[in-house]
Amino acid sequence: MGKAGGAMSVVWLGARAVVFRPRALVVGLGSALVALALTVVAIGGGEFPMTPSQVVTALLGGGTPAERFIVVELRLPRAICALVVGAALALAGALFQTLVRNPLGSPDLLGITQGATVGALAVVVAGGGTAALSAGALAGGLLTGAAIYLLAWKRGVHGFRLVLIGIGATAILTGVNGYLFTRAELMEAARALLWITGSLDGRGWEHVLPLLAGVGVLVALVLPGSGRALRVTEMGDDLASGLGVRVERLRMLLLGAAVLLTSFAAAAAGPVNFVALTAPQLARRLTRSPGPNLLASMCVGAAMLVAADLVAQRAFGERQLPVGVITGVIGGGYLVWLLITERRAGRL
Amino acid sequence: MSTFMPAAAATARTERRPARARKAALHAAGLLGAAAVLVVVLALSIGVGARPLSLAEVWAGLVDEGAETYTIVHEMRLPRTLLGLLAGVALGLAGAVMQALTRNPLADPGLLGINAGASAAVATGTLLFGVTSFSGYVWFALAGAAVVSALVYAVGGGRSATPARLALAGAALNATLYSYVSAAMLLDSGSLEKMRFWTVGSLADAHHTTVLRVLPFIAAGVVVALLLAAPLNALALGEDSARALGARPARIRVAAILAVTLLCGAATAACGPIVFVGLMMPHLVRPFTGPDMRRLLPYCALLAPVLLLVADVLGRVLARPGELQVGIVTAVLGGPFFLYLVRRARMARV
Repeated sequence: MGKAGGAMSVVWLGARAVVFRPRALVVGLGSALVALALTVVAIGGGEFPMTPSQVVTALLGGGTPAERFIVVELRLPRAICALVVGAALALAGALFQTLVRNPLGSPDLLGITQGATVGALAVVVAGGGTAALSAGALAGGLLTGAAIYLLAWKRGVHGFRLVLIGIGATAILTGVNGYLFTRAELMEAARALLWITGSLDGRGWEHVLPLLAGVGVLVALVLPGSGRALRVTEMGDDLASGLGVRVERLRMLLLGAAVLLTSFAAAAAGPVNFVALTAPQLARRLTRSPGPNLLASMCVGAAMLVAADLVAQRAFGERQLPVGVITGVIGGGYLVWLLITERRAGRL
Repeated sequence: MSTFMPAAAATARTERRPARARKAALHAAGLLGAAAVLVVVLALSIGVGARPLSLAEVWAGLVDEGAETYTIVHEMRLPRTLLGLLAGVALGLAGAVMQALTRNPLADPGLLGINAGASAAVATGTLLFGVTSFSGYVWFALAGAAVVSALVYAVGGGRSATPARLALAGAALNATLYSYVSAAMLLDSGSLEKMRFWTVGSLADAHHTTVLRVLPFIAAGVVVALLLAAPLNALALGEDSARALGARPARIRVAAILAVTLLCGAATAACGPIVFVGLMMPHLVRPFTGPDMRRLLPYCALLAPVLLLVADVLGRVLARPGELQVGIVTAVLGGPFFLYLVRRARMARV
């Protein structure tokens, strides 16, 4: 694989060879540890500060009942939400970027998140509750994904057409969102604005459980097996078909999974922008591996969102910002950097 | 042979002359027709509203100070219509110039983030410097539009930038600027109240003063854009041919960015970011004019306000008793057009 591919190691289990890249493993484990450490720090903060050891004790079932209540009932759901949403968005982003073959081709730029927002805002305007809002987001994201896929279909779906259709859909849906937002103002302006920026405020177990179930099933379906197929499709459709990958079916299934992941994440935390865009790229740079880096992306995404949420809660004194603001700033910086380097490399 | 050639050339010339004259006449007639359509739509925009006016009432309201409709027309409908006219001209010309400059059929000031850049700068002005009047934030809007235009050019001017890549870079830029604007709104609930309607793109709060203040910027942008018609034609032949024809590519590009900045910055400062007008107009006009910018630009200038004003009128009619902001109508109408362009087998050459 040369320098770009990173070193590979082969482990023999009996007659079967398992190929893995130590660097990718280190990156994945490292960012997972960072994510967990930041989670403990995040749980420790708030009106009732706790040391990391107190937090860990409470998580393991020790400590006073008050500590356990604060940790498990009040703060843990938000922390888990951040971890899972970050991982889900990063996985969705990695799938999208690999399938449309573009480092900017992520679900938050291609209309899926905006679709979820339309669904949620429609519920806000209609005066629905929290559960209905999540359901609306899920339905909006799924419908948008299906519509974009069908519109991009023309004897198969090609990356560039999917990207352009997605951008068109984003523009339309942003208009619709603006309309719903001006309508929602009368009743629930603050809630709507907080929601459309992407926020983890006040997340309880009722948010976490559907999220965990949905994302868990999808990850279990996607992760094993799709890595190799994706690496093969990166070499081009014809070659991949020649190697026995059913390209069109693979693309449809994986895009569907990515849309579902994005929609679940949006239903739980609102449209948190740019994690799906930046996490896979960061993972790719850290692992120095050209493949889709699904697992490493997930760990990096989880660490990123937990860190962003920590900054959003703590960095501005009394004022707590929604996490989407922080990821938006990260995304802006990344974008400028990407435009500069891609242009210098002559790829843009 | 030597006697035959001049004779043949002469016949060709005499044959070509009437053809060219007919073409010029057709062009003039077309422009007149477009202007007539514009006048009709202007009247429509003045007439349609919560209290509908007949054509006679519109006319009386315009010229007769004693007429009962004078106040409605002059205080509410006329400023709104004039602002729509100016913004439409600005966005249509900006779209045509950008498509020529980036040689990209999907270029649009809204899609590529120029309008969003202007609104992000305005949000900064409102948030950090407490700017609330149009005369204050037009400068912020111009600065924001200038930065993003230069950025878009830096990305899209390169030879390898495909339509998809440029559009994607624009989408990413849009998303970034959009999240910045919502952060600004979150931090300051006072500005939120004003910004929320402004970020959608609306002609509803037009005043005489806004129209008068935006006029010089847009007029300057229109002059620069129209002067650029022939140079942009030369540039369309490619860098080397343009230079051989005596054009200076670098200068043309700077002037084009200046025109786009003036047009988009002023239009956005006056009525918020509006997408798709700049994208649609050149494509709708090009089948009739061909790629010649000297023909394309005047048609865009006359017909883009028709598009914007019709969208505004539709917004007033469709959502009675309230109204839909014009930016929403153009997004919902223009989006499908964009999808159609993308799905078409071969995108129109610029």
